[in-house]
Amino acid sequence: MRNLFLALYLRDIKLAMRRRIEALLPVVFFVVAVSLFPLGVGPEHDTLRLIAPGVVWVCALLAAMLSVTNLYAGDYADGSLEQMLLSGQSAVVIAAAKSAGHWTLTGLPLVIAAPLFGLLFDMNRESITALTLSLVLGTPILSLLGSVGSALTLGLRSAGVLIILLVLPLSIPALIFGTGAVGAVEGGQSAAGHYSILGALLIFTALTAPPATSAALRISVE
Amino acid sequence: MVRLPRAARGGGAFQGLKLPLPAQVLQSHTPLPVNQPQLHTSPHPAAPHLTAARLACRRGTRLLFKDLDLDIGAAQIVWVRGQNGRGKTSLLRLAAGLSTPEHGEVLSDGVPVRRASAYRERLVYIGHANALKEDLTVTEALEFLLRVHQRPSQIAAVHAALERLELHSRRNAAVRTLSQGQRRRVALARLAVETTPSLWILDEPFDALDVNGIDCLNRLLKDHVGRGGSVLLTSHLPLNTALLNPIEVDLDRYADHRS
Repeated sequence: MRNLFLALYLRDIKLAMRRRIEALLPVVFFVVAVSLFPLGVGPEHDTLRLIAPGVVWVCALLAAMLSVTNLYAGDYADGSLEQMLLSGQSAVVIAAAKSAGHWTLTGLPLVIAAPLFGLLFDMNRESITALTLSLVLGTPILSLLGSVGSALTLGLRSAGVLIILLVLPLSIPALIFGTGAVGAVEGGQSAAGHYSILGALLIFTALTAPPATSAALRISVE
Repeated sequence: MVRLPRAARGGGAFQGLKLPLPAQVLQSHTPLPVNQPQLHTSPHPAAPHLTAARLACRRGTRLLFKDLDLDIGAAQIVWVRGQNGRGKTSLLRLAAGLSTPEHGEVLSDGVPVRRASAYRERLVYIGHANALKEDLTVTEALEFLLRVHQRPSQIAAVHAALERLELHSRRNAAVRTLSQGQRRRVALARLAVETTPSLWILDEPFDALDVNGIDCLNRLLKDHVGRGGSVLLTSHLPLNTALLNPIEVDLDRYADHRS
């Protein structure tokens, strides 16, 4: 079980390293999209500080959705997915490894880039910490949900748009409590409650999304 | 976690069997001797016994074949024939447990293949797609497939397998630079690490191979049958019947003529 997980996870990282430009695209999208807001809204510190958490979170959400469309499509097309399903191990392991790989390649860079954008939006240190923490807890949720969407739309022609329509509504709770954590800190309150709910959401998604993905994968190879 | 005991049981026996392998594969530049003494102590003395009664397969609205009885015992090569679109690949996918039949059930030693995870560990399925990633090197791509299937995947074992398919010189080339025939050889190199009498399901394995590649594969098949393994394959090219002595299954006879 660990063998399949590690083999698949490391292979996905290796494949991304071979195509570095492609792997960086979601992060570049995130950087460009977030940078557009100060230009569009105007350089007023108060406004920027107010919209910053929402902007960063929505852009992270869209960046995750953009990159998740091809999560299983490549393996499906070249027969690797069939081989993995025939490995004698649970398809849940495949789903978990793929989601973990996706998070490492898109979620983690977003988490690392987020403090810089906090500075761009003139956020104070506490708010930046809260934003980063909320993204640490929230981006894995996006990868897990995206994995379900990607498996469900496998082999469909308009998969990209469908995934966004399927997954975005499901990720609303993460968005609300993620931005809420920053709002609470800015309002001088503790964000502990928001973190707890984000953590609970993460645990819930981590327990339910891989089995759902696994079922979807089995159906789509049939 | 619930699956762990079963995996530990099946996998443990398997690994015990596989441990002496790397050294053996290293020496296997010459074809493996047909009867290996190690096999007599094997916990899986025979290939999975694959049976199916009155099997029918539907693809969309079309019934591809029906009333097909299948019985594949140890040391047998079953050659599925039939016109294009008769359901040869579909039959192989049913046998591998990748899809469900319209009627009937494929059983391995009496257990439905869709539910037998131990069966999948004793199965090598090589479909029409080679399952190789374009951006990996040949060694990496083959190593990944072997690791996923819990076969010996040390670098020495991988190189020895490639050598048997005469791909040693291309071992560090990226898969995307290979020709179709060479890709097929990499996919088939998985068969070269097998030492247990497992079941091989091969979809058009001779596709894109040159004369020399066909010889390599024939040798692998012969060795496999020699140690009691069984093979279910399709091929539009005529097989070397004198060497392989295959049992033919003609799907045209099971076609549903109403559809």
